[in-house]
Amino acid sequence: MIARLLASAALAALTIGVMSTGPAMAQQGKLSGDMVKIGVLNDRSGLYADLGGEGSVIAARMAAEEFGNKILGKPIEIISADHQNKPDIGANLARQWIDQDGVDVIVDVPNSGVALAVQEVTKEKKKIFLMEGPATSRLTGDACSPTGFHWPYDTHALAVGTGQAMVKEGGDSWFFITADYAFGHQLEADTSVEVKKAGGKVVGSVKAPLNSADFSSFLLQAQASGAKIVGLANAGGDTITSIKQASEFGLTQSGQQKLAGLLIFLSDVHALGLQVAQDLVLTTGFYWDRDDESRAWSKKFFDRYGKMPTMVQAGSYSAVRHYLKAIEAAGTDDGPTVAAKMKEMPVNDMFAKNGTILPNGRMVHDMYLARVKKPSESKGAWDYYQILRTIPGKEAFASFEESGCKLPK
Amino acid sequence: MMGTIFGIPPQALFGQLLLGLINGSFYALLSLGLAVIFGMLNVINFAHGALYMMGAFVAWLLLTQLGIGYWWALLLAPLVVGLFGVVLEKTLLSRLYKLDHLYGLLLTFGLALIVEGAFRHQYGVSGQPYPIPDALKGGQNLGFMFLPNYRGWVVVASLVVCISTWIAIEKTKLGAYLRAATENPVLVQAFGINVPRMITLTYAFGVALAGLAGVLAAPIYQVSPLMGSNLIIVVFAVVVIGGMGSILGAVLTGYGLGLLEGLTKVFYPEASNIVVFVIMAVVLMIKPAGLFGRER
Repeated sequence: MIARLLASAALAALTIGVMSTGPAMAQQGKLSGDMVKIGVLNDRSGLYADLGGEGSVIAARMAAEEFGNKILGKPIEIISADHQNKPDIGANLARQWIDQDGVDVIVDVPNSGVALAVQEVTKEKKKIFLMEGPATSRLTGDACSPTGFHWPYDTHALAVGTGQAMVKEGGDSWFFITADYAFGHQLEADTSVEVKKAGGKVVGSVKAPLNSADFSSFLLQAQASGAKIVGLANAGGDTITSIKQASEFGLTQSGQQKLAGLLIFLSDVHALGLQVAQDLVLTTGFYWDRDDESRAWSKKFFDRYGKMPTMVQAGSYSAVRHYLKAIEAAGTDDGPTVAAKMKEMPVNDMFAKNGTILPNGRMVHDMYLARVKKPSESKGAWDYYQILRTIPGKEAFASFEESGCKLPK
Repeated sequence: MMGTIFGIPPQALFGQLLLGLINGSFYALLSLGLAVIFGMLNVINFAHGALYMMGAFVAWLLLTQLGIGYWWALLLAPLVVGLFGVVLEKTLLSRLYKLDHLYGLLLTFGLALIVEGAFRHQYGVSGQPYPIPDALKGGQNLGFMFLPNYRGWVVVASLVVCISTWIAIEKTKLGAYLRAATENPVLVQAFGINVPRMITLTYAFGVALAGLAGVLAAPIYQVSPLMGSNLIIVVFAVVVIGGMGSILGAVLTGYGLGLLEGLTKVFYPEASNIVVFVIMAVVLMIKPAGLFGRER
């Protein structure tokens, strides 16, 4: 046993030795550090870990494997870290990765607060930032960056999808339970605009601290408001708790009030169970059971992760794949050059069909309005959504002119 | 139209106070266990949140793996967690009694991280759903609010447990032995009482209370590896405000702070997760031993 351990240690040391002499012997390549280093930065232990987390790392790895883990003849390396939902930690990690560890691209970064901080760093360092986890539309609005890309969804698309759909069904008065940070505020603001545009009104809102254990107090306030729709402008664990406790307090049983989960991930529905989550209407950028291509990819993902992909995880695959294709086409990993190439090329993969990227980095693709199935409708594990409507990308996302981004077109 | 109190209709206020009382029940149960352990063992049990989470998970595993329902879980889960506590105390904690408090704190904090990490690795963070038992489904319309039966049950159960624990420690012979053993273990041992075993059982009882709170919490919250760490910091603040080691203090402060937090959620919701700490800071400045504590 000990001999074996020593042998493998020696082998490892040898490999490291070979690897570190590698770059010195190699010819002067067009890739910085003679490799493409992808850093997946997300919440790996907190309330958003299940919607991205290790799943996003696996998705990125699946994209790299399609290229044989090599690009322009050089290796692709993927590293990951936990930003703990703290903007300062996220920004510091990003800085360290770029300055010391030679990371070329940062991926995922859920939590809009952290993403806004990391966007500042990548903008300054001219590195590519592929955002799948964060929601706030400010990332392609006033806080946009020439090298930042926002992929599966944003608060604007969620507002258009769920907000308009609920008003059309007669839900014309709204009360918001809002996560008290950048993302929640933006989601509430964007949804309010869409609700008013469709002829509805907003009667009130309450700001709940992130990661609250008990939402009953906020739910009671929503109940007292008399609004027809209680909009949940929160995500992950907070959404799960609010929906569960809303059912406990009979918020929806009376038939007078309806819940609108403005941001619901597949992982949330899985955690809640169909019994509690049934009939929720939600907007998503991806559903695994959409067509043959998405099913085939999701099956492969499932075999490695044990869960079906959320739109964040599927989006991580799509964005990393597009990024690698752009490097191949541009022949370099220089941030601004690759960014320009990415914006030229259409996005065509199992995630998006003919997706286009706006000058502010917004990837425009079709979104889906879905309803959570009743337990009796579900044919088996992970059969959760019925797609009600495909929302064309142009309708779902703000145009470059509307976005408020000050980049040159 | 009825009048309002600070711009809030009184009915809404009653509802919020009741909700505060429900949350206070959990604070009281958890801080009671902490106070018992600190009072008897002088250990600041940072693993309390993890053991609370473990109680909820045991209930969930009993239900999903063995088909054993809520009422049995109410009995079995605290037993399992208590047994785990016996093992912890015998193998690890008992070695630290002669050292500074800090070592007990560090050890239990480390244990908490290990236990939580293990559960997180196995079950993810979104949590598992645990249904409300059939007998307690539905709710009562109180006029000013809809009270789910289950929440009412939580308040009753927690009151019963808190009061009986207080009686057992302050009014019975066993409680007298325990209190004597804290003051002077050598003398009590000389009277033929097995003090080390008593300490082990006290720790087991304290953590079993955490396990019980976990089972009570399972149908309300998701059974999630993070549920303990979300709560434990607040509970520590409760114990500090009440006075370390004071059982009555822990219970009363638990309910009181639950109420105060409930009110904050109405008047200034943004501050609802810090109000407890603000109070803690103020109490520490005015009465460093806590509201019900005595200077040692």
